[in-house]
Amino acid sequence: MSTVVATPGAKDTKKKSGAGAMTDRSRSEDRLGMKLVAPAVVLMLLVTAWPMLQALYLSMFRYRLTAPDDREFIWFSNYATVLSDGLFWQDMFNTVLIMVVTVAVELVIGFAFAMVMHKVIFARGVIRTSILIPYGIITVVSAFAWQFAFSLNNGFVNSWLPFVEDNFNWFGGHWSAMFAIMVSEIWKTTPFMALLLLAGLSQVSEDMIEAAQVDGATWWQRLWKVILPNMRAAIMVAVLFRALDAYRIFDNIFVMTRGAQETESVSFLTYRQVIEQVQLGLGSALSVLLFLSVLLLAYLIVKLFNVDLAAARGEG
Amino acid sequence: MKNKTSIGTWIGFVLIMIWCLLPVVWIISLSFKPVEETAAGSPQFLPKDATLQNYKDILANDDFTRALLNSFGIAMISTVLAVIFATLAAYAIARLEFRGKRFVLSLALAIAMFPVVSLVGPLFDMWRTFGLFNTWPGLIIPYMSFTLPLAIWTLSAFFREIPWEMEQAAQVDGATSWQAFRKVIVPLAAPGVFTAAILTFFFAWNEFVLAISLTSTTASRTVPAQLSYFVGPDPFNPPYGQLATASVVVTVPIIIIVLLFQRKIVAGLTSGAVKG
Repeated sequence: MSTVVATPGAKDTKKKSGAGAMTDRSRSEDRLGMKLVAPAVVLMLLVTAWPMLQALYLSMFRYRLTAPDDREFIWFSNYATVLSDGLFWQDMFNTVLIMVVTVAVELVIGFAFAMVMHKVIFARGVIRTSILIPYGIITVVSAFAWQFAFSLNNGFVNSWLPFVEDNFNWFGGHWSAMFAIMVSEIWKTTPFMALLLLAGLSQVSEDMIEAAQVDGATWWQRLWKVILPNMRAAIMVAVLFRALDAYRIFDNIFVMTRGAQETESVSFLTYRQVIEQVQLGLGSALSVLLFLSVLLLAYLIVKLFNVDLAAARGEG
Repeated sequence: MKNKTSIGTWIGFVLIMIWCLLPVVWIISLSFKPVEETAAGSPQFLPKDATLQNYKDILANDDFTRALLNSFGIAMISTVLAVIFATLAAYAIARLEFRGKRFVLSLALAIAMFPVVSLVGPLFDMWRTFGLFNTWPGLIIPYMSFTLPLAIWTLSAFFREIPWEMEQAAQVDGATSWQAFRKVIVPLAAPGVFTAAILTFFFAWNEFVLAISLTSTTASRTVPAQLSYFVGPDPFNPPYGQLATASVVVTVPIIIIVLLFQRKIVAGLTSGAVKG
């Protein structure tokens, strides 16, 4: 992200090194390629890189929109304030917990769904249509649906679950509220996981599975020794995408609890500081930290699980 | 043995259907419950006394219909523009050799993972300076940027499967690279472009963080943002039926699109991520 390769300057230096190697056609192809990607690149940079630099700059100031005259350069004090605050770490813990639990559960359920969809020979269109509905539904709507389902006065969950008392208030405690938030997140995003895993599953060769079966491998052995290792790339890409998505959780929390019962996520904290409290300095520091933590997380997942990014990019 | 697996598959099929449709049926059921019923508390799943009053109220609510219009306008314009830019970029990535290709792909990947909330502060500040705060373009511009990565991946995966020879044949017949693109590839690529457009539309229709942060009135507030402000006079007793009804109304377009184009959507979702 730091170097812009498609600048005229880079073009000149490259031209010298590759002088004579380029034919007229490949040179015009090169120029056309850059022209075609330019609008997309400019747009993506305009809305991400530029504001991010702006955030980096603002994060060095004590700057609240309600008191613009008190704007003052304070180096890294905002970062110190954030990192020494218990609330930030509480929110970070919530975010990571939601990410780990939802991705783990989605992986298991999503894989089960993918297995079923792979085996089903009837009503494929029906099942595909149904599974796309949670994927396509607005997250806010999903959050409302589950908030109402868990609601004390108007929800069906309490009366359906035998081990929960009818007057149990799900949004009255930290863990039960977190549970409700995770349910809504898992419901909405499992289909996406299932579809990615299904695509991976369909690339595992049937011959190999049959060969294992002939050799006397049990169902369990076939799953762990043949199927899963052969769809590793698909699993890792799905985990990477879903983990980074879950880490940004915001909509569900905003709708279901507004951060009450200490269910706030880092994204929600950032939003609250910037938009509700108009603390642009402190909020920008949070924005930068959020961005850095996503980078770190992406790096860790890619390194730890050895994700094949070429496949993720569709570069192959 | 064979029989056993098919029973398991049947059970799995039923479970998937319940999983996917139960909350949808629940929200539809809730939308038919009269106000008196939800105000008194009605934990049963189905309405006792079904009514269409909620639908009449919500469609007569100017704030909601205006938000619906904003959602449609903003999502449509973002989709059209993003798909045009993404088509150009994806064509270049799939078909041409040029410097900076890796950079474009890495940038797209980075942006797909970008935490949108961290842009809210600076964008809020910038948009107020440029007069884009609380306007349609104020949302369309970031929506385009955030949907470009997905659109570029999906499209370049589709474009890679278009037969090369057709384009070369056109070039042999004297067409330039640009003509080969416009006359030969575009018609072949149309299905892929359409799929990318659906996925882009879903994103813009769904987006919430920017919609609540960069708007302040119904002049540009989209449905998800409007819904979250739709709490009524008593915050502890939200208008369940009304919210459920609004939710059903905004879900209808999604269900129609899914019903018509499920095969394309699945192909688009998985092509960018899994296929090589």
